Amino acid sequence: MSSEPAVAAKNLSRSFRSRALGKTVRALDGVSFEMPSGEISALIGPDGAGKTTLIRVICGIVRPDSGRLVVMGADVTKSPRAVQGRMGYMPQQSGLYDDLTVQENMDLYADIRGVAPSDRSRRASWLLGMAGLAQFTDRAAGRLSGGMKQKLALACALAAPSDILVLDEPTSGVDPLSRRELWEILRLMARDERMTVILSTPYMEEAALSGMVLVLNEGRVLFAGSPGDLSMRARGLCGSLMPEEGVSARALQSRLLDDGETIIDALPHGGGARFILRPGASLSDVRIEGSRGVASAEPRLEDGFMTLLLRPGASGPARGGRASPSPAVQGQAAGETVIEVRDLVRKFGPFTAVGGISFGVRRMEIFGLLGPNGSGKTTTFRMLCGLLPATGGFLRVAGEDLRFAASHARMKIGYVAQKFSLYGNLSVRENLRFFGGAYGLHGHKLRERIEEAVERFGLGEYMNERCSRLPGGFKQRAAMASALLHEPEILFLDEPTSGIDPLARRAFWRSITSLAASGMTVIVTTHFMEEAEYCDRIVILDSGSILAIGTPGEVREGTGGAPTMDEAFIRIVEDSRGRNAT
Amino acid sequence: MSLPGFGRRMRALVRKEFIQMSRDNSSILIGAVLPLLLILVIGSGVSLDVNDIPVAVVMEDSSPTLRDVLSFLEGSSQFSPVYTASMRDAEALMQDREVDAILRARSDFTPNLYRGRASIQLILYGVDSGRAAVIQGYADEALAMWEERHPVDAEGSGQPGGIVIVNRMWFNEANSSRWYFIPGLIVLIMTIAGVFLTSLIMAREWERGTLEALFVSPLGPGEILAAKIVPYFCVAMTGFLLCLLASKFLYRVPLRGSLWLVVSGTVLYLLAASGMGLMISSATRNQFLASQVALLTSFLPALVLSGFIFDLRSMPGFIRGIGSVLPSTFYMDLLKTLFLAGDNRRIAAKDCAALAAYAAGFMLLALASTRKRVA
Repeated sequence: MSSEPAVAAKNLSRSFRSRALGKTVRALDGVSFEMPSGEISALIGPDGAGKTTLIRVICGIVRPDSGRLVVMGADVTKSPRAVQGRMGYMPQQSGLYDDLTVQENMDLYADIRGVAPSDRSRRASWLLGMAGLAQFTDRAAGRLSGGMKQKLALACALAAPSDILVLDEPTSGVDPLSRRELWEILRLMARDERMTVILSTPYMEEAALSGMVLVLNEGRVLFAGSPGDLSMRARGLCGSLMPEEGVSARALQSRLLDDGETIIDALPHGGGARFILRPGASLSDVRIEGSRGVASAEPRLEDGFMTLLLRPGASGPARGGRASPSPAVQGQAAGETVIEVRDLVRKFGPFTAVGGISFGVRRMEIFGLLGPNGSGKTTTFRMLCGLLPATGGFLRVAGEDLRFAASHARMKIGYVAQKFSLYGNLSVRENLRFFGGAYGLHGHKLRERIEEAVERFGLGEYMNERCSRLPGGFKQRAAMASALLHEPEILFLDEPTSGIDPLARRAFWRSITSLAASGMTVIVTTHFMEEAEYCDRIVILDSGSILAIGTPGEVREGTGGAPTMDEAFIRIVEDSRGRNAT
Repeated sequence: MSLPGFGRRMRALVRKEFIQMSRDNSSILIGAVLPLLLILVIGSGVSLDVNDIPVAVVMEDSSPTLRDVLSFLEGSSQFSPVYTASMRDAEALMQDREVDAILRARSDFTPNLYRGRASIQLILYGVDSGRAAVIQGYADEALAMWEERHPVDAEGSGQPGGIVIVNRMWFNEANSSRWYFIPGLIVLIMTIAGVFLTSLIMAREWERGTLEALFVSPLGPGEILAAKIVPYFCVAMTGFLLCLLASKFLYRVPLRGSLWLVVSGTVLYLLAASGMGLMISSATRNQFLASQVALLTSFLPALVLSGFIFDLRSMPGFIRGIGSVLPSTFYMDLLKTLFLAGDNRRIAAKDCAALAAYAAGFMLLALASTRKRVA
């Protein structure tokens, strides 16, 4: 194998005139790097770092303003088709035809790439078998679950043998199980077929599995090298601690983050908290109330990434909301059950999406609803917030029976949809006024609540900005602010952190934590298993029934002590599927 | 690029389009069913023919000849005459809109008729100009028919002239406005099928991101465009065939010109229309915008500015200028000529040449605007 790099970029720049932002954006700003051939290279970075632009430049469908880019020995800017003929590509939107079946999608991409008909069906059945889609060949692609769709899209990108495979966030919004299966295919391709794989991902643990990592931030390369080297950026800076009896992991994390002198980042982890020290600080400087057993920890890739992004000079994470208790819900007893679910059933025709589940959520809890794609998690979630009527069972939310008082109950809940659902061409203030008005607020009261929300989420400087022009993290905050105007007792968040970078996710969870501390009950769904550590209790669903329920620690122990939430989740779901199969 | 590879790629793409079409009935509905529906509904429902027009008749001459000339008023379903004693009475009726027209023959009508200078005055209620024009047409025609039956001797050209102007309904002796409508409808339907369908279908691929995956493949932009055109061209031609059959067997509109000229003109127009549709979708990349732009730039001009409903000759010079360069105007002109007048080589050649130029131009522009780049 030649040691020539698969991709060599020199000083790539590309600007876009952004109509939404009303200015020119430098998506790529003098980017230079080399990616090795025959290995997996991962592209990571915050939102708007230029990842998708770089991927498209590599594929020859965006022309750089300046710079040189050689892919597999050919100059992409001059002869894109020479490279495209040897390349498999999976765009962020997957590129599947929803109205074609699995087999038809495969055949189309094989024919377009000129696979001989004799090889076509052999390769297709090999790939579909690997993707676990062999028994679904006649199903329309649009009717597959999210994880299956991504696996099919990957199979289509591999429909012809290629030298290089380029994937734009192939695992976004995919559950841990499907994600692991996708990665098994990728590693097989790199190892056995000597294929060069380039992908972007929001998951740090995936970057850690790659041969090479490229960190982009604001169009520039922050780091290019091995995952080990990236982790080493945080060497000697990582530590962990455990809470004393009666102190929550979340509280520890908040206290750590408040100590900005010593700590640059902290996460709940394994029942305690992990943190990264400010360079120059030492473990003996860490004195956190209610904690014990401060110890040093092995640096992970994510720690290195955070150290890079949070170092002095780089733009830091927007600090999250302050923990100012909301007066309306104070004084009500914590621990009282606010959501009661008994034998809840939902059927779609002959298909049972949710088959008789029961659980309760207590006031001031952060309650996580987890499950693989197609597990009934979204259906349950939608029934809880009154968007979907139940077929059977008992459901009481905030003291209301949703079957009879849905609209009354809705006054007591706030809902943030997965998709950004404020009006893009209205300003933040106009959106807040509108949504406040929709909940019957007006006059002095409305103004007061808007002021509170602005204070809590730090939206002051953006109040007169159109929502479509807000930076990613602030869109999320504006949506939260509007969902909280009517001071609901319960807040529902549907995959609030999908497609958000680690920095914005930190800030987001800080405001959630402070909301819970002030008396709010929060129900949240997520595909990031490490985020389950923020929850007081979680429930894991699959095939419409409950597989596990309890605190994150209890759920991990139930699997015989899985080291991470990701691992625990995979074990639980695979165990249950294995039992059902036999 | 090897030729067999090209063939297989094209076949794969075209087959994909056909599968998608069969799953998503909306394109077949727009391409083939809608044309049939339109031609049935508009063809039988819309007609500019008017019946039972109230007309005040003032006969200042009481000769039997005049009675004979005006006998058409009684014998037809088109008119319902009201005989008045004086012009003043007639004018009063007109003021009250009791009648839509006044027909007046002066006392010297009969003598003048034999001198070849006879005139009958037709006063029309001009507020409703369309109706007025139809009434005038009927009157013209009735008088002309009387003359044909009674060739006036002597100086030969004994035309009852004056208010009666030359009638334009030469080729419409059945005097059915439907005959005008059918060729016009075909133009509209081909515009919908050509521009609308193609622009929507291509914009859909932009929207769903599937085009991005096709771009990063050995496919050339020409292949992607051609594969889009072929299936929808077939659908539109099916719609055209249905229209043709309906006009022949349902409405008995004569096709006086040659069929092959009609078909080749249609092929050229469809190519121009698909090129335009592809251009629109590449520029908008959004189904909703594409449909709006297609509506404004193709369908409405074809309806209003191509001479389908409104006569181009009665429009202000500037608008007439716009109308006269539209591809749909040339196609309309070609179809009307071929259907109602027969093969006029000069007109057919001119229209076909214009359509061919548009087809080539739009195709090249579509190719240039689809450069295999997403930004």
